[in-house]
Amino acid sequence: MLALQILVNGILLGGIYASIAGGFSLVWGVLNVINILHGSFVVLGAYMAFFAYTLLGIHPYLFVPIAALLLFAIGLAVQYAIVNRVIDAPVLVSLTLTFGLTLFLDNVMLNAFKADFRKVNLRPPLGIIDVSDYLPAIDIIVPVDRLASMAFAILLVALLYWLLRRTSIGRAIVAVRMDRYAASLMGVDTRIIFAVTFGIGAAMAGAAGALLSPIFPISPLASTAYLGKAFVICILGGLGSVTGVLVGGVALGVLESFGAYIFGPEHSLTLSFTLLILLLIFRPTGLLGKRGFI
Amino acid sequence: MKRTGGLLLLGLCAVVLVALPFTSSNYIIRLATFAAMYVALAASWNVIGGMAGYPSFATAAFFGLGAYGAGVVLSKTGTFLVLGWLCGGVAAALFALLVGPAILRLRGHYFAVASLVTAVVLREIINSATNLTGGGMGLNLPPRISDVDLLARQYYAVMVLLAVGAVGAGVLVSRAKIGWALRCIEQNEDAAVVLGIDTLYYKTAAFALSGLIAGITGAVYATWIGYIDPTDVFEDILSVKPIVMVLIGGLGTLYAPVVGALCFLLLEELVWRNILSFHAGVLGLLIVALLVFLPGGLKDLATRLPWARRSPAGEAVRS
Amino acid sequence: MTADTTPIATLSNVTKRFGGLVAVRDVSFSLKPGEIVGLIGPNGAGKTTLVSLMAQTLVPDAGEISFMGRSLVGLPAYKVARLGLARTFQIVQPFPKMTVLENVQAGALFAGASPSVADARDRAMECLEFCGLAQLALSEASSLTLPNRKRLEVAKALATRPKLLLLDEVNAGLTAAEVDRALELIDALARRGITILLIEHLMKVVLKACARVLVLHQGALIADGTPREVVHDKAVAEAYLGSRFAHALSGKTPGAAA
Repeated sequence: MLALQILVNGILLGGIYASIAGGFSLVWGVLNVINILHGSFVVLGAYMAFFAYTLLGIHPYLFVPIAALLLFAIGLAVQYAIVNRVIDAPVLVSLTLTFGLTLFLDNVMLNAFKADFRKVNLRPPLGIIDVSDYLPAIDIIVPVDRLASMAFAILLVALLYWLLRRTSIGRAIVAVRMDRYAASLMGVDTRIIFAVTFGIGAAMAGAAGALLSPIFPISPLASTAYLGKAFVICILGGLGSVTGVLVGGVALGVLESFGAYIFGPEHSLTLSFTLLILLLIFRPTGLLGKRGFI
Repeated sequence: MKRTGGLLLLGLCAVVLVALPFTSSNYIIRLATFAAMYVALAASWNVIGGMAGYPSFATAAFFGLGAYGAGVVLSKTGTFLVLGWLCGGVAAALFALLVGPAILRLRGHYFAVASLVTAVVLREIINSATNLTGGGMGLNLPPRISDVDLLARQYYAVMVLLAVGAVGAGVLVSRAKIGWALRCIEQNEDAAVVLGIDTLYYKTAAFALSGLIAGITGAVYATWIGYIDPTDVFEDILSVKPIVMVLIGGLGTLYAPVVGALCFLLLEELVWRNILSFHAGVLGLLIVALLVFLPGGLKDLATRLPWARRSPAGEAVRS
Repeated sequence: MTADTTPIATLSNVTKRFGGLVAVRDVSFSLKPGEIVGLIGPNGAGKTTLVSLMAQTLVPDAGEISFMGRSLVGLPAYKVARLGLARTFQIVQPFPKMTVLENVQAGALFAGASPSVADARDRAMECLEFCGLAQLALSEASSLTLPNRKRLEVAKALATRPKLLLLDEVNAGLTAAEVDRALELIDALARRGITILLIEHLMKVVLKACARVLVLHQGALIADGTPREVVHDKAVAEAYLGSRFAHALSGKTPGAAA
């Protein structure tokens, strides 16, 4: 029963992780840029949700679309004004550039919000569901805030899937992902698509940040950890596919919860990064074994 | 003409380097020691990142491992400093030999991420090996000379020697067979393979040399500062700084590490002195501005200013 | 150059798949020392894949490839190059920031068994003269015209002292006059005793240069014979023209297959 509880915890966690990685994977796949800023975007979204709740009384879940919109605007601007200038430069340059941006954003947040950890304490708290109340044979508990955040997170990822699948801008993004030169020959303005994609990536990060604000402590120091999780999920699930993000997210969540139980929670980062290196070496295409286009 | 000019410049540098410790304040000496450390780190990165073209973010891993390798050996055995430094360098080089063959099969982003992650894993491992490394509490390495002035000059000399050695190693590598192999790999790895170049072997060798230099640098840094902790010596910005330096100096040249490191240090010091509380943020903006406005480094500046237009700087690499 | 010597290279039942696609299907043939053999086939027939398999830049899923009595399967590609099996790339792959001479020098230095950098330079100069690129030795490789880039590919391969040379579409994109010059070069290579597998898209080039032609279609070897035999082979005609045209053709010229 303990194993089942750990598994459930892992799946809940994994769903939320999937929303963190969705935008990161999209940007990596379409722009061929590893956006080091992504973790900071998540933290920024979480801070926005925190202040929206404490100052304005807006519930974090209601704030999700607002966080997404705000971050979309920021992401769009950053890409259009800065990152687009190095879009064809070697890997090294775009990585270093977004690292510099992260240094700046993290430092701004550190100065504005200080390093201490904050958390959205929902009043009233959402409580827990004791499954054994309904099914006596299954003795596990499910925290409602995590369940709700996970549900919204999966909804968010589904929304991304719908966007890429069904809207014309989404199809243009996928076209650029497949072959940016061919797409530009077909009349797609790749600079605009890059900016919009980056904006969507940032919006996903901001929304994810709002979703996890009631669950995880918020601090500028956490941005690296979120970035790391996004990396690992992309490698686990394979780059640039929405299903890969879900699979990778859940895989990481489950792995982390079992790892935390066996080795202690302080080693979860080491564990996931060791796994990342092993996967990169032995199965660079991810668990699903294919490169996705959506 | 060009050759005598170069020799003259080298001679001038040597005179300045030798005269500095006898004429300058401890503040300048400290700054110069940092400059030499940056040159060594940039030269270390240049072997794998510049010559082989592999976007390595492993400098922090090597630096931290070197620092802890030396720190542990020195605090446990109390042996000679030089021996401790060598231990640090060898530890980092061995680590590169171990990890290199695995991650150097990856290209582009995947290699970059894998190399970046090695530093985090190492940091966590060292953090949890408390009885050996002191964990998060850090490791104290008390100085062996009590004279502060002498100590500063001693480390200045060591760091300058290290920097000269690192740049010299770069020159030797670029002239040797391995230099040819690395240039081929950087420009077209697939074509390199069919010309009979054992690419993995040469890449690993370059990675290990990079590790050795950065490891020794970390080791010397550890005993110089006298205290290390995992977050300090494995800091990810340590991996990024050498890249920025080489980019400033101009990717693909041998003098880039020197010029870039000096420029970067000056900028960094200006930021430090004027905007202490927000220095990391300004540093970030500086990096962004450099990459956006001078993607080719100072070389771009030279070609943009009409009075500085000369032959392309890239030619200096050729042997 | 006797015809009955032991083969320099032999492929037996070589197969390579990419996912569901069989790029090379059960291909077997051998090459005798000193031969110039043409390998032709329509677009997507698997010619370049076959070259990559022989050079071991791709590893076959099944089958055996031997070169001078040694099995190549599983050998790293750089070792294959050092054994004396060289290839050129259909899409030319120079080292763009090096001079023409340095490009070739690299080949001499690693696979060409040159003891020193200076020695490799002499050897490289020799190869450039042979390929008619000597006057361009100090130009940047990226500044060359297409025919000269193709020649550079050949010179680089030549510098590795090959015994077998796989030339992947060295004539593609060249004008008729340029093709003639390229064929002279290939002839000269063969006179040095190098066995050549000439991968071609255009049948007429192969017919000019080769005494023996292999035809690949949809990954399978459908013909192996003299140019005359191959031209009149019904399967070959079908592969190139489609079955309806092939029928029409054979109907109009009865007895052509004899």
